[in-house]
Amino acid sequence: MKKVEIKGTDDTPNIILDAGSSILEFSGRSLPEDVVTFYEPLIKWVEQYAKSPNKKTEVIFRLDYFNTASSKILLDILLIFEDIHKNGNEVMVHWYFEKDDEDMGEAGEEYSEIVDIPFKIHSY
Amino acid sequence: MENKDYMKLVYDFYNELLVNKFTLVYEGEITHQVTKAFASLTETKMDSYSENTSIKKKVFHVLIECLQNLSKHANDNSPGLKAGFSGNGIFIVGRLGNEDKDYQILTGNMVENMKIPELKALLEEINHLDKNGLKELFKKQIREGSLSEKGGASLGLIDVARKTGEKLEYNFIDIDDQNSFFILRTKITRN
Repeated sequence: MKKVEIKGTDDTPNIILDAGSSILEFSGRSLPEDVVTFYEPLIKWVEQYAKSPNKKTEVIFRLDYFNTASSKILLDILLIFEDIHKNGNEVMVHWYFEKDDEDMGEAGEEYSEIVDIPFKIHSY
Repeated sequence: MENKDYMKLVYDFYNELLVNKFTLVYEGEITHQVTKAFASLTETKMDSYSENTSIKKKVFHVLIECLQNLSKHANDNSPGLKAGFSGNGIFIVGRLGNEDKDYQILTGNMVENMKIPELKALLEEINHLDKNGLKELFKKQIREGSLSEKGGASLGLIDVARKTGEKLEYNFIDIDDQNSFFILRTKITRN
């Protein structure tokens, strides 16, 4: 699959989707004007990846900020990884948050409670 | 009105802002660009006096959610709304409390009366829940809500209540048979 690399802006995150390295990463800020349009091609990529995923996938979130509209989309993305995991592939989510930012840490914990995927939460 | 009345009005208005410690006041159309500009302005200001990260993030978060609630209304072209009203909102950031170390964010916008019961029910539900209850409501809403309808406003209000740990103060002021003016006040305190 074609590697996707999107450079972040002040309202959209950095995104790397690389089937070659089995590492998918979301970092920075997410409050796009139109969340659905921004994330649509990325969700399509992940859905396509889910059809023939690698044996092992690492998903990395290193977000400073996301709005509630983005939080819903992030859950949609995590739910696709949950399917990949359910189908017998190894998936590990790494959730990074700045150590002063308890809310971001809590957000990671909540996602780990909602979706059934191995989750590691790290502060930095 | 005579010119001198305007002169006095400006001075009175200025004093009102100072007395109430309003540091940012905006009335008009709220777009994504306006939202980003205010977020960045407020962030820069908080950086200038080295506000602590946790408060800074909370203010940033609440500010964006409140502005996005307003911009959602700004896009509302429901036939019931009078032209020129739906796009307008008022947005205020102010200081509060002991040595003015806390923050408040106030918003005001027109809403159709028919939408009030649902909005009021959500605000009351939020205000009756404790920390865990809000967490459960958020989790339920994020799983079950759809982005186009519930994804915006209801997640936003729940989130604001969670992030601030404060009750949402609100009021609906009667305008006419069709519309009311909705005011929402949120506080970010060091508790």
